[in-house]
Amino acid sequence: MPITPTHYMLLSAALFIIGVVGVMVRRNIIIIFMSIELILNAVNINLVTFSFQLHNLIGQVFAIFVIAVAAAEAAVGLGIILAFYRNKESVNIDEMNLMRW
Amino acid sequence: MGEAIAFYTIAAFILGFAVLVVTTKDTVHSVLFLVLDFLFVAALYVMLGAQFLAVIQVLVYAGGIVVLYLFVVMLVNLKRPPEAHHDPHRRSKLGMALAAAVLLELAIIVASGYARAASPTVPAAAIPVSGNTEQVGWLLYTSYLIPFEIASMLLLVAMIGAIVLAKREL
Repeated sequence: MPITPTHYMLLSAALFIIGVVGVMVRRNIIIIFMSIELILNAVNINLVTFSFQLHNLIGQVFAIFVIAVAAAEAAVGLGIILAFYRNKESVNIDEMNLMRW
Repeated sequence: MGEAIAFYTIAAFILGFAVLVVTTKDTVHSVLFLVLDFLFVAALYVMLGAQFLAVIQVLVYAGGIVVLYLFVVMLVNLKRPPEAHHDPHRRSKLGMALAAAVLLELAIIVASGYARAASPTVPAAAIPVSGNTEQVGWLLYTSYLIPFEIASMLLLVAMIGAIVLAKREL
């Protein structure tokens, strides 16, 4: 059975769902940020798969933009984690409820 | 046949390391599994003919972003385990069930969508250079010049924002 784009899309969907489960189940915010990176990687796999299937490089260009946005998100997110840790001595997301109510 | 073996091996490693990233208790081990996961995703990009993107994946993700994560994990010295405090409103089981339902839904959509319609062939844009890196560079600096510049602006803003957030006092 040859490898079709459907295989790649199913792999991408599975990776996406693993990332979503990580975001929803874990309480350590650093692991939640890593799960978001997994989700962005799943999106990139999808983009590159369509770029390969349609013989069109625009998907790869957009994957590069996704990587740039992921780098920016990681930098700002980790800055927020450090600022929060300095105030509360914790990285538990269940304690980040100052603005909830 | 060789392509199938390569794909299934890489896919198994990607999903296995992703599960380890999410489930490992030790945060440092989780970051290291994330590096391996990114390297196997880069191998998948090579299989799909995106060599430039594979190099960018290794340089930016496995080399840059993960080092940032490691720095933060080392800076954040945890006196108590982060999973100690339990929010009674959190429903992890329900979340897992919903995620499984979404995965099933996505699989059905992907499988049925391809069974019905053959994918249309889009004519490739006229690019006067050959080779993956040259073609991607050509697209980035001609058709996508303005998004490229906006992305550089975004990185500058993120850099300033990260410094402002992480600095003790300005």
